[in-house]
Amino acid sequence: MIPWLTLAIALPAVGAAVIWALPRVKAPASADTAAQAGASARADAGSGTATATRSRPAATGGAAAPAETAKRLALGFSVATLLLVAAMALNFDTSGAGGLQFEEVYPWIPYFGVHFAVGVDGISLVLVLMSVVLVPLVVLAAWNEHSDREDGGRGYFALVLALEAMMIGVFAATDVFLFYVFFEAMLIPVYFMIGRYGRGADSARAAMKFLLYSLAGGLIMLVAVIGVYVVGGTFLWTELTDPGGALAAVDPATARWLFLGFFIAFAIKAPMWPVHTWLPTAAGSSSPGTAVLLVGVLDKVGTYGMLRYCLEMFPAAVSWFVWPVVGLSLVSIVYGAILAIGQSDMMRLVAYTSVSHFGFITLGIFALTQQAQAGAALYMVNHGFATGALFLVVGFLIARRGSSRIEDYGGVQKVAPKLAGVFLVTGLAGLALPGLAPFVSEFLVFVGVYAFNPVPAVIATAGVVLAALYILWMYQRTMTGPTPEGLSGLPDLSGREMWAVAPLVALIIAFGVYPQPMLNVINPAVERTVEAEADTAVAVTDGDAEGDEE
Amino acid sequence: MIPLNLADGAPPALHGVTEAPPALDWWLLAPFLVLFGAGVLAVLFEAFWPKDSRRTVQIALAALALLVTFVLLILQVEAVGDGTTVANGVLAVDRTVLFFQGTVTVLALVSLMLIAERRDGRDAFSAQAATVPGSEEERTHILAGSQHTEVYPLVLFAVLGMLMFPASNDFLVMFIALEVMSLPLYLLCGLARRRRLFSQEAAVKYFLLGAFSSAFFLFGIAMVYGYAGSVNFGVIRLAVESGGAEIFADGNGEPLLLMGVGLVAVGLLFKVGAVPFHNWKPDVYQGAPTPITALMASCTLVAAFGALLRVFFVPFGTSAQIWEPMLWTVAVLTMVVAALVAVTQRDIKRLLAYSSVVHAGFILTAVVAGSVDGLAGAMFYLAAYGFTTLGAFAVVTLVRTRDGGQELGDIDRWAGLGRRSPALALALSLFLLAFAGIPLTSGFIGKFAVFEAAVAAGAAPLVVVGVLSSAVTAFFYVRIIVVMFFRDSEGEGPTVARAGLLTGGVITVGVAATLALGIFPGPVLDNLLPSSEPGQEPAAVMVDQVTAVPGEE
Repeated sequence: MIPWLTLAIALPAVGAAVIWALPRVKAPASADTAAQAGASARADAGSGTATATRSRPAATGGAAAPAETAKRLALGFSVATLLLVAAMALNFDTSGAGGLQFEEVYPWIPYFGVHFAVGVDGISLVLVLMSVVLVPLVVLAAWNEHSDREDGGRGYFALVLALEAMMIGVFAATDVFLFYVFFEAMLIPVYFMIGRYGRGADSARAAMKFLLYSLAGGLIMLVAVIGVYVVGGTFLWTELTDPGGALAAVDPATARWLFLGFFIAFAIKAPMWPVHTWLPTAAGSSSPGTAVLLVGVLDKVGTYGMLRYCLEMFPAAVSWFVWPVVGLSLVSIVYGAILAIGQSDMMRLVAYTSVSHFGFITLGIFALTQQAQAGAALYMVNHGFATGALFLVVGFLIARRGSSRIEDYGGVQKVAPKLAGVFLVTGLAGLALPGLAPFVSEFLVFVGVYAFNPVPAVIATAGVVLAALYILWMYQRTMTGPTPEGLSGLPDLSGREMWAVAPLVALIIAFGVYPQPMLNVINPAVERTVEAEADTAVAVTDGDAEGDEE
Repeated sequence: MIPLNLADGAPPALHGVTEAPPALDWWLLAPFLVLFGAGVLAVLFEAFWPKDSRRTVQIALAALALLVTFVLLILQVEAVGDGTTVANGVLAVDRTVLFFQGTVTVLALVSLMLIAERRDGRDAFSAQAATVPGSEEERTHILAGSQHTEVYPLVLFAVLGMLMFPASNDFLVMFIALEVMSLPLYLLCGLARRRRLFSQEAAVKYFLLGAFSSAFFLFGIAMVYGYAGSVNFGVIRLAVESGGAEIFADGNGEPLLLMGVGLVAVGLLFKVGAVPFHNWKPDVYQGAPTPITALMASCTLVAAFGALLRVFFVPFGTSAQIWEPMLWTVAVLTMVVAALVAVTQRDIKRLLAYSSVVHAGFILTAVVAGSVDGLAGAMFYLAAYGFTTLGAFAVVTLVRTRDGGQELGDIDRWAGLGRRSPALALALSLFLLAFAGIPLTSGFIGKFAVFEAAVAAGAAPLVVVGVLSSAVTAFFYVRIIVVMFFRDSEGEGPTVARAGLLTGGVITVGVAATLALGIFPGPVLDNLLPSSEPGQEPAAVMVDQVTAVPGEE
């Protein structure tokens, strides 16, 4: 049996280490040393570079050579990881009962009963897939973005690969301790990606804000993780979710506290109103590539965590939290959308739209119906693609004009029609236009939430209306109208940029027209979650006497 | 002496009274004797060895003594089994004690590397401490290249005290150990080469406050003696169980015990630097020569916590209801106050001092847990923290001002360090992240271990306070990283002294230990720490493990 997931985690980690270990060439060093160093590093990388043929000719000599190598290595490793995960996904069995597949369990710290345990069900599989699709595109999009840095941006690419390893790890972990380790360790590369490779003077502060919010949430979760271990006696998710296990028998008050400990961390991560304030700051100060990973992938860890840990580990506590969370979700949906309308900075605008979208996801999760949760799971993936693409396009604009302010643009569609077209498609995906992927997920969420209770569904529609407003208004202000002086020579999308964004557009359209393959993967896992929930709910309402049925 | 019936039919045991020459197990005493012998020898060298080669010989002797001690400790691990006492029951030798002693020895050896480091022929110590700072005489000594090689015997004696402190099975011996450990440290604190007045002030402060706390400790011992009729830990434990010595048949001796526990705790909490007994730490850490600060921050803390754990778990182990509320309060105060005060610090050494206070608070949560898991957690935490803190102080010794080459304490002037010496800045960042408890560093596993023990013991609110103050501490650790990496130096930035082989070695050891204990802590956790078996009552495991009631041998 092939240890798919371990390989998928190890491959980008090795890539990060290789890039980090590339010989450092100081700028004044002679050109041949640099070239030699670059060449030897390329040779070391071996098969990793095989796929990295599509790239600009390397700049000659100086500090550029290792940076060029680093880019190619990063692309090579991330594409190799994508292929590896894709191969794994082809072996995924969708006919099963929604349990974990590709499971691996090795003891790690036996003293605390900690395992290196990984495995995926349908939901985590699609999230892992989404992550590995986004990373090579981010590398491609960030190709020249950090070239003027001292290190030519190679530190950035090492961080991206390190982050990719942790992203796969966090979705694949089936040991709560391991999950926590990835959850917290992920902060470090992102912290440096924002602080060191961010935009603007405030990036250090934004990075700090991001880190402190996340750490505070993480530390609260640490108490809950410890609590789960003390109560449940194990860290293995499969044992903790066992309805006959020790955790299931815990008294309801403790279960609620533990649920809350996990939930606060995930709500900060997601981010949910009122703990969302770090996201616009962080995304606004990030380079677009970082923002894609931050909003597209990292924030999904929050919603994924709610689904996988809050709901499945504490089914008895969930009913108690449904209405508060639904309330917060509705506030997030409307509040995020309204603030998005008022933004003058495109990066912040997209970040606020995400606050709104995450409201839909949490709403779907906590409506506790089959359609709503399937919709929410699908929403996570589609949002990753759509918002990722939107951030990338905004990034292309910023790379051309050096500004992310909406007022600095106008009439771009006349000078750069391709760019404007892609912008429009990704924007329309953001407002869930039928025929594009996010529509399917949003529709499912609405159907599911309506079945749960019509009132929140009705309130949530406000978010859809507002979405049309903020997206189309941004498009109107940046792409239409007269072209200002400085923009007349704006170049259209280059080949590299097309390659970075085209796959996402293709995926958005493909899954908009035919979402069934993804739903087939997700549904068994969602059914399992919802059934466990329903069983517990029945047991709770019917009293202890019928509890044996489970 | 108040006779005490241990059990029906058993002869009355007399402790602390030497009727016959005690049977000494020289083999188990060997680590102490080696260090003591080396210390004495070093003093003699100080008098008789020719001056030009004296320093080399002293360093070699100190290193050799520590190495031999460490090897002896390792050899004893298998031999002691479940533990025993030596020298008429005044010193305990068991695996827990050996772990503390081994940790202290290794950390001392690493600190010795920092202490021995010289730059341009000068070490961190005053040329002639007896001269008036700034005087002509001082200048003469500096120009003549005088040096205090007395530092090495002093370190050896201090380490001897640190080995005895957590091994004591008798309050009087513990007091002697405390003084043997502290007196050389008071002296060493005042020996800084630069900012001498500052250093001397620190030494005086440390001495006065230390003497004060010793008095508390001693007074507490007297109270406990009055209650239990003995200073032996085993006897005190039995006395506490049975409600005091025989004269307290009606159980009215409790006030004595309360006072005794409280006063002894003051002495011990002072040494670990818990709030409200922490005020010496920032001043002393800042004023002392940095290598000595490193020694104190690592070895002294380990030894002091070793002793504290022993006192609360062994003699007072059955009176947890007395001291638990007290330690709760102290732990909460320590974590909250120190974390908040640390946020305002601008000097790296003061900041690390406050950080050490916060960490003492985290470890206290494990003491409050009062379980085997708590003991194990605290042991792991101390070992992990010791290496990390040594590495951090080693970095501090390298960052200097442009003019005059003093150490540059002001964090705000560290801007741009990440660009100038990325490796050093990365190493320090790793140490800081470990302090903050980020996963994949030893600090995280340590924090997990102590918090897990506390939650399991029902002290979840304490742990909540702990994680909240962790979040605060993360702020000031990360701020240093921000300054080093994300801010450009305004005006003149720091220079970085080239790391010598020794300092480089310390940083390397720090990095290696921080990562190894963070990623693969298994071997240490499984092999070196005590583990509880399910269903066992924590206090019971404790006693069997760490006490050996004298008279049973």
